[in-house]
Amino acid sequence: MALRSLATRKTLTLALKSTRLAQSRALQTFSLPDLPYDYGALEPAISGEIMQLHHQKHHQTYITNYNKALEQLHDAIQKGDSSTVVKLQSAIKFNGGGHINHSIFWKNLAPISEGGGEPPHGSLGWAIDTNFGSLESLIQKMNAEGAALQGSGWVWLGLDKELKKLVVETTTNQDPLVTNGPNLVPLLGIDVWEHAYYLQYKNVRPDYLKNVWKVINWKYASEVYEKESA
Amino acid sequence: MAATTSMVTSLTFTIPSLGLRLPTRSYPCLKPQRRFVRKAASNVITATYELKAPPYPLNALEPHMSRETLEYHWGKHHRTYVENLNKQVVGTDLEGLSLEDIIIVTYNKGDILPAFNNAAQAWNHDFFWESMKPGGGGKPSGDLLDLIERDFGSFERFIEEFKAAAATQFGSGWAWLAYKGNRLDVENAVNPWPSEKDKELVIVKSPNAVNPLVWDYFPLLTIDVWEHAYYLDFQNRRPDYISVFMEKLVSWETVNTRLEKAKARAAEREMEEERRRKEEEEGKPTNEEEDDDLEMYVDNDNDDSEAE
Repeated sequence: MALRSLATRKTLTLALKSTRLAQSRALQTFSLPDLPYDYGALEPAISGEIMQLHHQKHHQTYITNYNKALEQLHDAIQKGDSSTVVKLQSAIKFNGGGHINHSIFWKNLAPISEGGGEPPHGSLGWAIDTNFGSLESLIQKMNAEGAALQGSGWVWLGLDKELKKLVVETTTNQDPLVTNGPNLVPLLGIDVWEHAYYLQYKNVRPDYLKNVWKVINWKYASEVYEKESA
Repeated sequence: MAATTSMVTSLTFTIPSLGLRLPTRSYPCLKPQRRFVRKAASNVITATYELKAPPYPLNALEPHMSRETLEYHWGKHHRTYVENLNKQVVGTDLEGLSLEDIIIVTYNKGDILPAFNNAAQAWNHDFFWESMKPGGGGKPSGDLLDLIERDFGSFERFIEEFKAAAATQFGSGWAWLAYKGNRLDVENAVNPWPSEKDKELVIVKSPNAVNPLVWDYFPLLTIDVWEHAYYLDFQNRRPDYISVFMEKLVSWETVNTRLEKAKARAAEREMEEERRRKEEEEGKPTNEEEDDDLEMYVDNDNDDSEAE
């Protein structure tokens, strides 16, 4: 009996040690998610040139810099270097936020042939009517807020899980929606950084906002809404 | 009494362009220095501020900055800031003020008022076009180079630091070379570089429309790092844009002229400060204090807590 427990304790200690080692070794690195459609598939609402640059350059750069910042953070944590840990927070917010937001954005878009632009039905459609009166008025509101946003940022349709209602929010730079409130879940985000539209729409952001709705993937937004409001 | 003077609470603005302090009672409305007749209601928008053309033709900066970029950047973005500013300002207290005054007032210690973005962006873009010239780049000389070497170690170190600031301004904004005056207390804003050192060159970056006027610095050089400034020519490659700007576009003559002006103004302000300090010491009422703002603490035999 005693022998068995001794053996068990040894095994446990060994197991714990190797897990700790594994944890300290395993730092997840992120990689660029594939687009579920071709670069040119969202034309004419968003040009293929923009989609390619946006995905391959901008999003990739956020990921590269996010991975770098995480690695530096990992080192700093291990060394107990608190001031570096704190100093890295803005790089993590910028680049991690950029990765989060763009990953959502690619799913928010779909070619017309695959349902892009088709209005939401089911519970999300109903919730939109309840919260905003109609889909048109939601779109108007998001376009107004998106156009008025100074500088760079995003305009969101979000679900406030606590208050159980839909909200329109804006965030600056690459701040994810959750920075506006911990109970906010992003259903739909529209990138209003200039890189998202400049080559095609130049300074006329309102035209981009008007046209982007033709390729908005309401199916994905509905899925998220149903899952989060369950 | 020195203690009394220090208790005076009157809101004042320091307007860099004037070097004067103006009294205000209600903030942020600035009492205009001159009367203006409110125009009868009409559908005509008074063009108070005009869109100034860059000091060179729109294609003159090619191939480093394309004509197309200038056409949009100046012809659309800059023009829109000016037009919208005029619409916002007409019929308000801001009408008639200089652009720099509007910027300071509407910055409102960071709690910005609606006209700030358009006013500051109008100013920033004027400043930006003038910071460049065809055949620009190279190296400055004279006083400017001396100061750069004094404050950054070397011209190369300065270039490195300026490029880094421009590359790391996340999102939209600007990077600046500025001449820092000797003000610790900037009253209207938080001075991001509070230090005892005065009259030095600094590199600062700012988000969106913010510019160093709000910190009471004298801007000398700027680069626009909003994506619209470089996207047509460089797409996402901001660092390439910054390098080309430094190597081929910067007008060091303009920067030099600005530095001379800045030094002159800083000297003027020092003299003004000296004069005011002397007057306060002599107990003479200075012309900017209004009686009803003054809280007088009269000596009382029972009051023995005054520290001189």
